[in-house]
Amino acid sequence: MTLTTCTHPKTASAPDGPAVGMRATARILAAARSGTTTLPVLDGDGPFELRRLHSHGAQARVCIVGAMSAPLGGDRLRIEATVQQGAALHVTSAAATLALRGPTSEHATYDVHLTVGEHAQLHWLPKPLICAAGSDLHQTWTIDLASTARLVLREEQILGRAGEPSGHVATRLTVRRGGRTLLDQQAAYGPGEPGWDGPAILAGHRATGQLLTVDPAFEEITPDVQLLGDAPQDGQAVLTPLAGPATLVTAAAPDSLRLRRLLGTAQNTYRQPLTDLGPVRGRDVGPPRADCRPTRA
Amino acid sequence: MHRDHDEAFPERRTYSAADPVRRDGRRRALRIGLGGPVGTGKTATVAALCRALRDELSIAVVTNDIYTREDAEFLLREAVLPAERIAAVETGACPHTAIRDDISANLGAVEDLEETAGPLDLVLVESGGDNLTATFSKGLVDAQIFVIDVAGGDDIPRKGGPGVTTADLLVINKTDLAPYVGSDLEAMARDAKAQRGHLPVAFTSLTTDDGIKPVTDWIRERLTDWSAGPA
Amino acid sequence: MSRAALLVLADGRFPAGGHAHSGGAEPAVAAGRIKDAHSLEDFCRGRLHTAGLVAAALAAATAAGRDPVAVDEAADARTPVLALRITARKLGRQMMRAARATWPSAELDALAAARPQGAHQPVVLGLAARSAGLTPLDAGYAAAYEAVSGPATAAVRLLSLDPFDATAVLARLAPDLDQTATAAAATAARISDEGFDALPAASAPLLDITAQQHATWPVRLFAS
Repeated sequence: MTLTTCTHPKTASAPDGPAVGMRATARILAAARSGTTTLPVLDGDGPFELRRLHSHGAQARVCIVGAMSAPLGGDRLRIEATVQQGAALHVTSAAATLALRGPTSEHATYDVHLTVGEHAQLHWLPKPLICAAGSDLHQTWTIDLASTARLVLREEQILGRAGEPSGHVATRLTVRRGGRTLLDQQAAYGPGEPGWDGPAILAGHRATGQLLTVDPAFEEITPDVQLLGDAPQDGQAVLTPLAGPATLVTAAAPDSLRLRRLLGTAQNTYRQPLTDLGPVRGRDVGPPRADCRPTRA
Repeated sequence: MHRDHDEAFPERRTYSAADPVRRDGRRRALRIGLGGPVGTGKTATVAALCRALRDELSIAVVTNDIYTREDAEFLLREAVLPAERIAAVETGACPHTAIRDDISANLGAVEDLEETAGPLDLVLVESGGDNLTATFSKGLVDAQIFVIDVAGGDDIPRKGGPGVTTADLLVINKTDLAPYVGSDLEAMARDAKAQRGHLPVAFTSLTTDDGIKPVTDWIRERLTDWSAGPA
Repeated sequence: MSRAALLVLADGRFPAGGHAHSGGAEPAVAAGRIKDAHSLEDFCRGRLHTAGLVAAALAAATAAGRDPVAVDEAADARTPVLALRITARKLGRQMMRAARATWPSAELDALAAARPQGAHQPVVLGLAARSAGLTPLDAGYAAAYEAVSGPATAAVRLLSLDPFDATAVLARLAPDLDQTATAAAATAARISDEGFDALPAASAPLLDITAQQHATWPVRLFAS
């Protein structure tokens, strides 16, 4: 595991950036120090303001606060978070991320790079991404986990604000564990994507999301499949074990509220295997505002 | 890994019933298919065969249900065989395809049973209820039984069709119902003989003790022939 | 080798078990999302550009000579739903049987030994194409076509849809099939530079969710 990218806070914007748009990279580094987790690097940039929250036991908590409207077309945004060996980090965001068209028709990029070391754990639970009409966003999550690392990651996409058509969004989630690819998944919704709103892909649902849980404990006990959602009109979801020690919840719902309800149900289901974490155990879903109150310390 | 590789030479692989030898070189189980229209008593016949033969033979069953796993579940409920000796194949609304045109799922099921419950002496492959034209591929079974019943009309043997005319054994089931449905058993026997020449016909009534005996006798003969075949 | 081998491989009657699978059409019909030729076409287009593209790329990569076991692992990473992994391996095993009888090769034998319970079906399909002397593009075509011909056939049985209409749907998808197969072959060619990340991983939430739901149905016409 290399930490070099995170020990140099704030590299200047590269000169080959787009003519219009912002280039910003935020960095977080979490390290285990005498039984607790410290944050030697906590560098916001551009639209990303990073706030340290009250710790939960040994778990450090960070909230990403939007400092300006982003991403807009042409933006090149990036967040890098590294959780070093034995550390525990919980990251959330203060508000939903709203992708807008901006001054150019060029797409925006938003890349999230997460690295979790041996016996470290990361909860990455931001608020949803809203793809406003006319927006075009390419989002990636590139996640590198050590074999004993734990991860809980939630991602939600809301396709258009209330009553408007969806923007265009293309995502790729790549999770490597111990150097092997555990999960590789792309999604593409919105104008120009063949069949995206049809019966095979979303069929009119405007909210979709996933909850990924990677836990070495799943090597011993393979989790059972679970079907979630009581009535089809309220959305549906499935929790399924991956080919490695991990589960993935995939959900599709008519709106963000019902999506969150499905993912919340799923999240409560899998609290269990993560409870043996002792003092570093974190709350997965908290009251949204209280979560992001900055610490005074 | 090397061992796996050594076992994988194509000439040692069972592609179909045409190959009578298991991968380990021993003679594989005799495979008998049971076909016939819906409701004639195929599953009841399979259950009766299992009860009659399970003490002397190592048996497994593959069921081909049309849209449920009911046949397999019936056999499980009746406890005619332990669960690991029963496998269900799903047929995508086309039961005859799964036993004749594309037998890959059934062959896989047979192989799995040989692996998990074997060595086996006898595998019964029960078709989903279909029509009079359904027959088993020679790639799947060594012999086939076609099951009709007296209640379906005593003109079925006269009508013929590949199942009635070519099956290695024609079973005319539910003879106890003949008086109630006005079926003429002698006419059925006569018509069957006309359609089938020397191929055998068995009349059964599974409500009587040992009513399955004509079929078990026939299967024992097939097994004797099979065991005497070249290994 | 003969290009006509592609016709044999892509024939709906190729005895590799596909007839018992609806490719997600059965739950979509039950939910009322496929109800006519138009919605069948929408379904097929969506499936083609997601699961179909991934299958085509896996098949093309294997046909191009990539290590089938490594491609099989890439398939696992791209198939998060357990029911779909089980189906893919079951069909892969059936395809393996047909392929070894049709175009026997040492490579097929080696994969059968490495994955006795079946490799993912597109991987076996790609290796069958390779054994038949076909190109990665051919393998991509076979996998892409299968991604839509299965649901179309199933819809005919499930909805008593006019078979001419269902076949016309497939014909209208021909340009999408060209595009998918070509893209699949192109990504397979990039593996040498970019590794298996070059392979597409397109997903369809409803195909994933409903496949797992369908696997629990007590009464169904199709195995998947």
